[in-house]
Amino acid sequence: MDGRFVVVGGSLAGLRALQAARKSGFAGPLTLVGGEIHLPYDRPPLSKEYLRAGPEEPEDPTYRTKEELLGELDVDLRLGTRATGLDAQRRVIPLSDEGGRATELDYGAVVIATGAKARTLPDTEKLAGVHTLRTLDDAIAIRAALDTGARTVVVGAGFIGSEVASSARKRGLPVTVLEALPVPLVRSVGEQMGRACAELHRAHGTDLRCGVKVTGLTSADGKVTGVSLDDGTTVPADLVVVGTGVAPCTEWLAGSGVTLHERDGGIVCDETLYTGLPGVYAAGDVAHFPNPLFGGLMMRLEHWTNAAEQGLLAARNALNPAEAKPAASVPYFWSDWYDSRIQFVGVPQAEEIRVVSEELGEEKFLALYRRGDRVTGCISIDRPTQIMKYRRMIMQSKSWAEALEFAGVS
Amino acid sequence: MRIVVDRDRCTGLGMCEAEAPDLFEVQDDGTLKLLNDRPGAPDRESAESAVLACPTEALSLVED
Repeated sequence: MDGRFVVVGGSLAGLRALQAARKSGFAGPLTLVGGEIHLPYDRPPLSKEYLRAGPEEPEDPTYRTKEELLGELDVDLRLGTRATGLDAQRRVIPLSDEGGRATELDYGAVVIATGAKARTLPDTEKLAGVHTLRTLDDAIAIRAALDTGARTVVVGAGFIGSEVASSARKRGLPVTVLEALPVPLVRSVGEQMGRACAELHRAHGTDLRCGVKVTGLTSADGKVTGVSLDDGTTVPADLVVVGTGVAPCTEWLAGSGVTLHERDGGIVCDETLYTGLPGVYAAGDVAHFPNPLFGGLMMRLEHWTNAAEQGLLAARNALNPAEAKPAASVPYFWSDWYDSRIQFVGVPQAEEIRVVSEELGEEKFLALYRRGDRVTGCISIDRPTQIMKYRRMIMQSKSWAEALEFAGVS
Repeated sequence: MRIVVDRDRCTGLGMCEAEAPDLFEVQDDGTLKLLNDRPGAPDRESAESAVLACPTEALSLVED
């Protein structure tokens, strides 16, 4: 590959792309464009350990020091800088730097890893005490609010919201979780599994209210005081954390020729993460791709492991398109609620789901998912030794019958 | 080459086991068992993948 290798997006997928580029032997100019002023940092702890009560300061989630990035990887770091477009004809990326000045970067290859941003409640930007949790700055603000003993209300019983609720409860604070759907997490794990997860909230004294619609926030002196619901009640709150999902950060690619998904604006890639524009690849939360392990099912994943794997793969493929490899991986995510760990491997879209633990009369939850005659998913709560064995079975396209036999049911 | 686990960092997420099932196994209690802490040359690549894949950066390879 001739020319500059540009990585747009300074989180995990971007960092892995930089590392993979150098590891592949690329010795040319390597530039990282990161919208935040922070060096690449690890997000999973932000809703977990980072929110734990003091007195000791939370561990710095930064992956590598500036010296390490400059030294080991010889990266031209452009932090606090946003890409404002992509000109595939001239092969340049226009930028808006820290001071708002417009500049340009030429490129030979690009990995787009701009991730996603948290959805917010309308007209709440200026209200104190209302946060999403996506960035380090978000986590710092939420931690500070928890330190003051805030009555905490979480909007959305998804994974991020539930982890924040867990962290607040661990501090002994009163916590309410508001969920619009009758059962949480139905889309990500299915109904019965969503109920098993919801039980964790109830068992730990979190007030989980499902099937409720938030109609607005109440405030006094510019600070939130409560969350209003469609049944006419208001839940008092000093801290409101909105966990209602994310949207890919791709507005800057409008008109660039990169195909954006009609539903969420994510980047539509082929199985090698190629966008169709010469030299331009995508990785992580922004990328829709057909996964060959699941019959080419299109997916866009918001998982740590996916960002890590795709950042690496996109860089390798961009440097060597003739031998590009597919993004054939079994999705995996975990979520820590209270003292429990929920783990999921595979895909939730299934023709049949068997709650194995129930059939065996076991206390710790485990369910298997089937598509066709194959095992294609597994969820477990506090069964860490089993989940990776099922992941391997899914990776090896094992049959449903084999998975049931391994589980001890038939 | 020796595999070293930082027990303070490891939380048993199992990515290492996914990368190198012959070297690592997460136990029932969530702790990580090293099945072979001195892998030979053929396992070097999978051991390196496991180190890179660890979400908590709990693994390292030490040349003796």
